[in-house]
Amino acid sequence: MLKEENKIFKNLYNEQGWELENALKRDDWLDTKKIIEKGRDWIINEIKASELRGRGGAGFSTGLKWSFAPKKVGSRPHYLVINADESEPGTCKDRDILRFEPQKLIEGCLIASYAVNAKVCYVYIRGEYIKEGKRLQEAIDEAYSKNLIGKNACNSGWDLDIYIHYGAGAYICGEETALLESLEGNRGQPRLKPPFPALVGLYGCPTIVNNVETIAVVPTILRRGAKWFASMGRPKNTGTKIFCISGNVNAPCNVEEEMGIPLKELIEKHAGGVIGGWKNLQAVIPGGSSMPMVPKDICETLRMDFDSLVEVKSGLGTAGVVVINKDEDIVKCMARIARFYKHESCGQCTPCREGAGWMWRILERTAKGEATHKDIDLLSDVTKQIEGHTICAFGEGSAWPVQGLLRHFRKEIDKRCFSEPTIKKKRKIPYLIDQHKLESKDA
Amino acid sequence: MSLKKIHDNQPDKFEFTKANLELADKILKKYPSDQKKSAVMPLLYLAQNQNENWIPLAAMKYIGKLLSMPYINVYEIATFYSMYNLAPVGKYFIQVCTTSPCALRGSNKLVDICKEKISNNQNELSQNKLCSWTEVECLGACINAPMMQVNEDYYEDLDETNTKKILNSFLEDKPLKPGSYRNRKNSAPEKNQILTNGHKNA
Repeated sequence: MLKEENKIFKNLYNEQGWELENALKRDDWLDTKKIIEKGRDWIINEIKASELRGRGGAGFSTGLKWSFAPKKVGSRPHYLVINADESEPGTCKDRDILRFEPQKLIEGCLIASYAVNAKVCYVYIRGEYIKEGKRLQEAIDEAYSKNLIGKNACNSGWDLDIYIHYGAGAYICGEETALLESLEGNRGQPRLKPPFPALVGLYGCPTIVNNVETIAVVPTILRRGAKWFASMGRPKNTGTKIFCISGNVNAPCNVEEEMGIPLKELIEKHAGGVIGGWKNLQAVIPGGSSMPMVPKDICETLRMDFDSLVEVKSGLGTAGVVVINKDEDIVKCMARIARFYKHESCGQCTPCREGAGWMWRILERTAKGEATHKDIDLLSDVTKQIEGHTICAFGEGSAWPVQGLLRHFRKEIDKRCFSEPTIKKKRKIPYLIDQHKLESKDA
Repeated sequence: MSLKKIHDNQPDKFEFTKANLELADKILKKYPSDQKKSAVMPLLYLAQNQNENWIPLAAMKYIGKLLSMPYINVYEIATFYSMYNLAPVGKYFIQVCTTSPCALRGSNKLVDICKEKISNNQNELSQNKLCSWTEVECLGACINAPMMQVNEDYYEDLDETNTKKILNSFLEDKPLKPGSYRNRKNSAPEKNQILTNGHKNA
């Protein structure tokens, strides 16, 4: 278990107060000037050395991402954009950072902006988080009044303005290029990559887009050293992470833990165990609804980090752990997730726009027991047609969970497919008889 | 993409109030001077707030002129994003999260209660015209499931009894406080809570 002193987010449950004066007691804004004085290269190298990977889902190396920004500002200004459009089902970590640790985020914004040469930073918050946005604005105002940000922030000689921009209920705007489109005042539809935002991003200018949690851990890493951060977790999966454990557990909660913590420990120690006991566990969605579920037998020994989860053909994603116990109908659960993707597809690429609806309809039929074996093969095919054939990763995000279901629960699904045509089932019936008419009697 | 219908009865005119015009000016200053278009989303929110929580077509035309962008582009934005209401909603607009983590904790029961207390169909005003409700996708408070959002506020950790009480309070125009209804501290784990199979939340 993670030691109290190694926790980065000490106020995750707001036990100490979120205001600036309380944040200062938790060492926020301590020697920020000195950190900035060490220079861009030092900051980027230190973040690289800490092996911090983006906390928004893809797990890309943060230091590397920052180093992609042009070293010198040319004719176009640089931007830093914070992705606070947290809409992945099962995830609510950024909400607590916005509410209770806003100064960590703001300080991170200053350091990151300096590192990537940005003088303006936009925080894109999902529209539903109105209260959280207001809280962040209060915190930003506090920081301005103490000259922690603004002109000559922290006396470092760097100027930074932070603005909040609200989304309006589109899941897709969590994808970085869709987010930029939305910020520019367009529909949130992802752009083709390359060019990557680091070169051509917001208003065609170099832009670095980072998740809230990624930016919020940066100041602590730089203060305590990359070695400290890298000493936690496992190689290439270092540091701590906020896990959100929801679903069929006794005490759903957000908790900061070391990367690579066994899933069983996470659920039993922090979330009060599965409802009905560990033996009642059916499956776990380990990283928000876009990641394929893993069944109980894998969960026994599973470790929660990027690489361990890839090994079992899933992913850490946003670390939103959704626990499903045996009282739930797994197909119904999946059908609900498919409905989510059908609702949220931006409509730009045909495979995703149409495919998400197909997957939802077939899964609904399956849940009711009205699907045929052929339907299930079709479902499997549809997921393959979507995967890899769309502009953004939403296609994978909607297809992978269905593939996960088919991979691990195919037997259960097959048991439900009653409406197999009689032709296949009763091969011994002479073919002259109209076989379809038999179906209604005793199929 | 959300399917939305514009309202049949549209007002002829829309203009920002003086206070809102000042706010709009402030919003425009956030973005580079040649990128006025970026302000379309915040301005639509402003219009929505001014006009009893829905956006008439006249407001879209008005915003289009204000930002010197074609009306159809404003319309495009207003229809793409699900949080812009294009038809009147209740003074208390209740959004029930029904995505998987909430569904696992019994959000379907919240939906049933909404149907019983407010109106049979989504986006329909209650008899006293105060409330309307709708199902929405993940609201990002999965730890506190099941939950619902009413205007700006999150009502969390609900069960059947609480939901009924809360909905009644809106119907009587005396709203109860938002937050957790199981007295829990934000997203901290509750100690010593063991639920058995028969005692799921809600």
